[in-house]
Amino acid sequence: MKQVMNGDFAASYGAMSALVKYVAAYPITPQTLVVEKLSELVADGEMDAVFSKVESEHSAMAACIGAEAAGIRTFTATSSQGLLLMCEVLHWAARGRLPIVLANVNRAVAPGWSIWADAQDSISQRDTGWMQVYAEDNQEVYDSIIMAYKIAESPDVLLPMMINLDAFFLSHTSEVVDLIDKKDIEKFLPPYEPKFKLNPSEPHAFNALTSPDHYFELTYKMHLAMEKAKKRITEVGVEFEKMFGRRYGLTESYRIEDADTVLVTFGTIAGTAKETVDLLRKEGKKVGNLKIRVFRPFPQEEVCEALKNAKKVIVVDRDYSYGFEGAFFTEVKSALYNKGVMKPLYGMMAGIGGRDVSTGTLKEIVAKAEGEDPKNPYFIGVKL
Amino acid sequence: MNEKKKDLTLSIPKEEIMQPGHLACQGCGASLAMRYALKALGRNVILDIPACCWAVIDGPFPYSATGVPIYHTAFETAAAVASGISNGLRSVGKSGATIMAWAGDGGTFDIGIQALSGAAERNDDIIYTVYDNEAYMNTGIQRSSATPHGAWTTTTPVKHFKKGEKKDLDSIMVAHGIPYMATASISHPEDLIKKYQKAAKIRGTKFLHVYAPCPTGWKSDPAMTVKVAKLAVETNVFPIYEVENGNYRINIKPSKRKEVKEYLSMQGRFKHLTEEDVKYIQENIDRKWDTLLKKEQYFSSKEK
Repeated sequence: MKQVMNGDFAASYGAMSALVKYVAAYPITPQTLVVEKLSELVADGEMDAVFSKVESEHSAMAACIGAEAAGIRTFTATSSQGLLLMCEVLHWAARGRLPIVLANVNRAVAPGWSIWADAQDSISQRDTGWMQVYAEDNQEVYDSIIMAYKIAESPDVLLPMMINLDAFFLSHTSEVVDLIDKKDIEKFLPPYEPKFKLNPSEPHAFNALTSPDHYFELTYKMHLAMEKAKKRITEVGVEFEKMFGRRYGLTESYRIEDADTVLVTFGTIAGTAKETVDLLRKEGKKVGNLKIRVFRPFPQEEVCEALKNAKKVIVVDRDYSYGFEGAFFTEVKSALYNKGVMKPLYGMMAGIGGRDVSTGTLKEIVAKAEGEDPKNPYFIGVKL
Repeated sequence: MNEKKKDLTLSIPKEEIMQPGHLACQGCGASLAMRYALKALGRNVILDIPACCWAVIDGPFPYSATGVPIYHTAFETAAAVASGISNGLRSVGKSGATIMAWAGDGGTFDIGIQALSGAAERNDDIIYTVYDNEAYMNTGIQRSSATPHGAWTTTTPVKHFKKGEKKDLDSIMVAHGIPYMATASISHPEDLIKKYQKAAKIRGTKFLHVYAPCPTGWKSDPAMTVKVAKLAVETNVFPIYEVENGNYRINIKPSKRKEVKEYLSMQGRFKHLTEEDVKYIQENIDRKWDTLLKKEQYFSSKEK
């Protein structure tokens, strides 16, 4: 059933369609529409779930951890400062191997106060053990949440997954979203039945004091789970396409087969990048775009394969690792080096704090990389 | 004498749910608290335990001494995790088990008070226990807001012992309008057990404040833990009372209040106190007890 809705509503309907039973959340701009819509869906009985309106994001994640450990499918949503407040318990969910799904509206981090699009919030949670997806449009937000449960709950994965959507560009922008019928969801997504859960008739102690004799192995097992997750994301994407006709992988290539220059983008900038590619192609420039959809686990193999023929690679980051460069740029460079693929790489910082990234901006970025040796990172459009 | 013995046998369930082999220090009040609480609640219990002594007492992976499921969680999340377990199970119609957060005074009076207040305001169906040993004992005896005036801790050294009163968390919890708030002590197990049994039957947030002496941190004789706890009650240092739907009832009223110095003198943490200090403490205790008596007088249900 097709409906026009904003990205926040798409996230809410994603949770409802995924038959989530428990939601704990706390409002923050621009995620507020998610909690408002879910409150309404639960109150109206349209969504068969319990919603705890908790007193902080930290407690939102903690409550999801409790419910998930009891074997219940849970969901929460947040943004920016809220995600940062969750940091400790994000680690807890991941190392506790709880397949919680969280929608994060990518918003800049204060100070100064900013409510606009920027991936600094989720990028700074890179090492929490969460899988991270960056959506390009509202349909992808909705679909990704449904697929997230299937991927995260796989017995050989059991890791939480964060679906990121850009503030306002998606959260408050209305698009057509095709919602999936409940009976079709039931065919696609099996019920959540973890092997171990909090159950008085089969008592276990979870997360007890762990000596150096065991802790390392738990970390290694998360590495194996992340590796497995790469396969599962691809498999689930294929299965999803078969049932619902929309395809999602770890990455998405656009006109890169013969491209001399490849832009590497994520989130809504990927959509603008594809349009820019078309415009530049009309000017006779062989440009392509590689959208990185999944940031963790990082699709090293897919990225190297996609970029192997490019003469130049330009990575656009809407985030910054202070004292170095954009995080996506670091990861792409690292992946290429790991596979022995060497070529000129340009790391471009753009759109920070919600500044608009238009086709003009991306054209400027491509022009900057023409005939110039890389001097990374570049800050595009900084006015001083 | 025989009659009395029989009564005790009846009021304290025989079954031991908590098992030997735990890692508590000698004379640990907190381990007794858990033992009695589980005797009262039985096996249909899910516990969540934040960072506190009990995160260690239960045993390292892969051991556990409690015999019921335990979720070890982050310091400030005991109440929120319990809320999640309780409401999560409710979402699939599986209510029934008692969901109990079990935290120390640091995790309750200090870092966990926000989550506790949130759960209480929502009246989530949980029992929240604070076993109170009046300092951060697991990290090595640092002061918390539950540390009483006059006490030595490693962050309130003798020259600068804790000045200022213990936070009155019980009143804060009562002010939330929760259906049940009670204090209890490991020195009075029948009372403690009755309170847990009562709490398990009440829907909503139940807050139990259990006095749990810590010989390691209080510098008291491990063999005297129960004696110290008993003196806390007999001196009105730790009054035993309950507030059910706003109605106060003092469960144990010492026929003759003992001098606080008797309680203080059993613990090395107070040995630096001058007579003047002790007098100040005594006055405060008496004043607080009077306030409690007034609360009981003005806010108690007709039927006893």
